[in-house]
Amino acid sequence: MTLKYIIGQVQTKAEPIPKVSSDLRFEDKLGSFKVRWGINRDSYAVEPGLYALGSPTPDSHVLVTANYKLTFDIIRNSLKGRDVWILVLDTKGVNVWCAAGKGTFGTEELVNRIAITKLSEIVNHRKVIVPQLGATGIAAHEVLKRSGFSVVYGPVRAEDLIAFLGSNLKVTQEMRKVTFSLRERIVLIPVDFVQSMRYFFLLSVVFLLFSMFSRVGFSLSGILSVGLLSVLNLFSAFFAGIVFGPILLPILPGKSFAMKGLWSGLLMLSLFSYSDYNLINMIGWMILIPSISSYLLMNFTGASTYTSMSGVKKEMRIAIPLQLVGAVIGMVLLLISRFI
Amino acid sequence: MADQEYLKNVATLELDTEKCIGCGMCETVCPHSVFKMEENKAVIANKDACMECGACSKNCPVEAITVKTGVGCAAGIISGFIKGKEASCDCGGGGCCG
Repeated sequence: MTLKYIIGQVQTKAEPIPKVSSDLRFEDKLGSFKVRWGINRDSYAVEPGLYALGSPTPDSHVLVTANYKLTFDIIRNSLKGRDVWILVLDTKGVNVWCAAGKGTFGTEELVNRIAITKLSEIVNHRKVIVPQLGATGIAAHEVLKRSGFSVVYGPVRAEDLIAFLGSNLKVTQEMRKVTFSLRERIVLIPVDFVQSMRYFFLLSVVFLLFSMFSRVGFSLSGILSVGLLSVLNLFSAFFAGIVFGPILLPILPGKSFAMKGLWSGLLMLSLFSYSDYNLINMIGWMILIPSISSYLLMNFTGASTYTSMSGVKKEMRIAIPLQLVGAVIGMVLLLISRFI
Repeated sequence: MADQEYLKNVATLELDTEKCIGCGMCETVCPHSVFKMEENKAVIANKDACMECGACSKNCPVEAITVKTGVGCAAGIISGFIKGKEASCDCGGGGCCG
């Protein structure tokens, strides 16, 4: 397969280095779109190694990144018009921050990659620019000791790279801080949505089966009335946890994600839910929907940029038993409401 | 930042000021501005903002910082619990791992 983002070679004192384009083609954008929806996400990688962007010289900066193609594309695209080296570490196709947490974007890999690519023959200086979020996996003082290259931590976001390079590698306070803006939260929704759908379908099947049984006995027509309404209610619970919750995150009451999920479920319940005007049925949904949405939004802690393990464990100790009890009580009430 | 406030008094971050040489690396790598430099020493200015990523302790050349690191991810913690292992990101799901 020809890699269309490679547009030539740059001669160096060591081997020729592949030159990459800073333009994103249609297939790059399509690839990004697909991984955002969870398609081909586990094998969206570029070959680790050294790449040239523009026409770098032995004095040009070296920027270190991960071999997740989404990351690689953002980097080359945001450095349009600059002449730099891009050193891609083998992170098994995972982004910088998560790979740093796992240790694949780490001291060992960086030191090895510097050696494999013969970086010290290609550039005159002894400095590599590592994205700040890579610091979780990289010990700057160890890298210096083992490779002779000093690590300069660059900005968190690729969009600040041009300003960073233009200001003699100065990182402002703003560039250092991780954010979790509406836009940053929204791009995470599709993957979670796609992945949660299998559980939604599973639960829907269970509810559709139950909908055929009632006080009048077995009836297939139950599927069309009670069954479909149940599926709609279930969908509203999932929507509250997976879509509503992340969008409304900062304004939902509470600090724990489980609490915020509870509120997004209650909000959803007040906007969109169906019940057959049987009080027990109504109470059943009022308990079940927030229990589900609370659990789902609690899982969004993994995608968030500011939750600590100690914090998540603390909220889980309280929330999971309540969510379980809520789910059981809710379902029992729904079942009872079909037979009275 | 008000819209990024998580649970209080849970972070396991500790700084040994005796050991600190004031290099400022912790302040540089922290994504939540937990550290500040005062009189050539690091101080923990906002402990509740700590997400226990471990970048500071990893990059402290004199090992003055300790923090119990791990993923702040419910799915990871659940799968770690089920498998009887420490929580990890290898849950195959969630927005975090890609």
